[in-house]
Amino acid sequence: MKKKTTFVSKLYTLIIFVFLYAPIAVMMLFSFNSTPSTYTFGGFSLHWYKEMFTDSAAVKSLENTVVLAVATALIATVLGIMASVGLFNSKNRLYKRSIMTATNIPMMNPEIVTGIAMMLLFVFAGALINKSDVLGFWTLLAAHVTFAIPYVILNVMPKLKQLDMHIYEAAVDLGCKPYKAFFKVVMPQIFSGIITGCVMSFTLSLDDFIISYFTNGPNFQTLPIYIFSMTKKRVKPDMYALSTLMFVVILVLLILMNVAQNRAERKGKGDAE
Amino acid sequence: MKKYLIFLLSFIICFCSLPFAAFAEDEYFTDEQIEYYKNLGLQGTTVNVYNWGEYISDGSEGSMDVISEFERLTGANVNYTNFESNENMYSKLAGGGVSYDVIVPSDYMVERLVDENMLLELDYDNIPNMKYISEDCQNLYFDPEQRYSVCFNVGTTVLIYNTTMVDEEPDSWEILWDEKYNGKVLMFNNSRDAFAIAQAILGKDFNSTDEQDWVECAQLLAKQKDNVNPTYVMDEVFNFMESGEYALGVYYAGDYLLMSENNEDLAYCVPKEGVNYFYDAFCVPTCSKNKKGAEAFINFMHEPQVAYENSEFIYYRSANITVEENEESSLYGSEVVYPQGDFESQYFKNLPQHIIELENNLWTQVKSGKLSFDNELQDEKIYTECAVIASAIVVVVIVKAISNVKKKKDQDLSDLYD
Repeated sequence: MKKKTTFVSKLYTLIIFVFLYAPIAVMMLFSFNSTPSTYTFGGFSLHWYKEMFTDSAAVKSLENTVVLAVATALIATVLGIMASVGLFNSKNRLYKRSIMTATNIPMMNPEIVTGIAMMLLFVFAGALINKSDVLGFWTLLAAHVTFAIPYVILNVMPKLKQLDMHIYEAAVDLGCKPYKAFFKVVMPQIFSGIITGCVMSFTLSLDDFIISYFTNGPNFQTLPIYIFSMTKKRVKPDMYALSTLMFVVILVLLILMNVAQNRAERKGKGDAE
Repeated sequence: MKKYLIFLLSFIICFCSLPFAAFAEDEYFTDEQIEYYKNLGLQGTTVNVYNWGEYISDGSEGSMDVISEFERLTGANVNYTNFESNENMYSKLAGGGVSYDVIVPSDYMVERLVDENMLLELDYDNIPNMKYISEDCQNLYFDPEQRYSVCFNVGTTVLIYNTTMVDEEPDSWEILWDEKYNGKVLMFNNSRDAFAIAQAILGKDFNSTDEQDWVECAQLLAKQKDNVNPTYVMDEVFNFMESGEYALGVYYAGDYLLMSENNEDLAYCVPKEGVNYFYDAFCVPTCSKNKKGAEAFINFMHEPQVAYENSEFIYYRSANITVEENEESSLYGSEVVYPQGDFESQYFKNLPQHIIELENNLWTQVKSGKLSFDNELQDEKIYTECAVIASAIVVVVIVKAISNVKKKKDQDLSDLYD
């Protein structure tokens, strides 16, 4: 009896994983196809990987997407850390709670509402400063940072709560300047949260479509928008190659992040002992 | 800690430093052309181009990278972005906050933009290649005085069929209603094109403003859903037709050629009831900040070499006459792309707002089966399905309850033995 249930539960898990990853596996397989067909596998080749780099519009979009994601991750992480430390140290509980609720709103809000609201705001602001082509890289960056910050706060806040504030106080007692004490004592302890927040905002920015769609302009197009515009003709297999590459890079990033977190935690434990 | 940062950075750098297509030596243009574009004084300016996705030769498979060639010749910087439908392009323009220099709307959208004063008049002195534009692509109904647009591509819809599954030689859209092909029919997932087929069969005007006409067409489309249960697709049509899963499909003429390259069993016909003729044209919107650059770009797109490369990539009929006459073109002499003889055809025009709303409404109803005649039958089916699921859940719960009771009993007994 007991054996049977474990078999069923294993099968169930297997089915879930198949449903989750079969589409990606098929896409990866066909990115190595030697023919443009998406239903028969003509043979193994790296043709589409080569092809991908000659498609200048795709490469430009990819470059834009990565630049935007990196900038978003950096800015959102810095702002997010500052916000969480500030919130954590504030004494007024009502203020603290209401601000936390406010930062959570962008996460719950439907993206399309955020996107349209952002676009209207940017166009309105553009009209105020008399600039008719305001939409572009900077508006995209502002929009992405806005929706990424809550995720950073969400990851850093719990780490701050776990922190033993007495250590920080001891450091200050022993003559450390507050900012130095922050970098020497607090930062290492919340580091795993920072990395998680940073990587999350990077990936969120990388694959965001809806908000980017509304806030992008003629001089800056991201990859998701480029791929979406391919619906008039068929999506070319070099997009499979590109997506495969992105999937692998994100997978590696996630693994690295996990390893980093584990190390940081073990180190933290070691220090405590 | 540093190590990981270095890891992260190295990945980021990997992404950023992707190689760029190197500038080729001059394999395409004559000195005269190079001189012309050099002397336009566009160096350092920016041209924002807003085009359909996959609608320009982009340098893949050894083709010409049109955008970077233009940048090389003029010294201007091109920001190239894409849209996926006329309506989305329109809303981006109307939303404000953007400045595009060249856009590529279809016929009815050009008409709408002209009506709403959103296009600039072109200075044809800056577009000398206008001389290459075929006569029948000039002074069209959406721009009768030829003031706002330069035609890019032309095409029609066609009926595509798989000869291994369709024995007869179809000459009418009505075959898409034939119950013999139940489950083997592909239909446009785009209300305007789908309605056009019904309108052609019923002999109605594609641009009718009579609401009754649209309702009748919707009923015909609902009947099609009952008869053959078509799959509504757009670009998925390539895979479905090429793999031979479907017997009949509808799409644009040039795309049929692409499909038949991968599946020799495919054939096409121009149905006798008439097809839709569409035009995509270059225009300069009022938000443009570099009209001269825009005109240079439009002119460049109609250089014979560029137009040829584009048509090799897109497979639609180019408005440029030199492509049609070019014997090297893989479309040369193709009857699908350059239809011969007389056949019925109509254009799409801009519809009034209430008709657009009615059309969208009816289309949703057609697809969801609400207009179907066997509506009740479907309802019944849903009820039985719900009943089956509900009874299955009840059975599971009962079985679980029984087994729980049994277990309890066993435990009680074991208590006794203890």
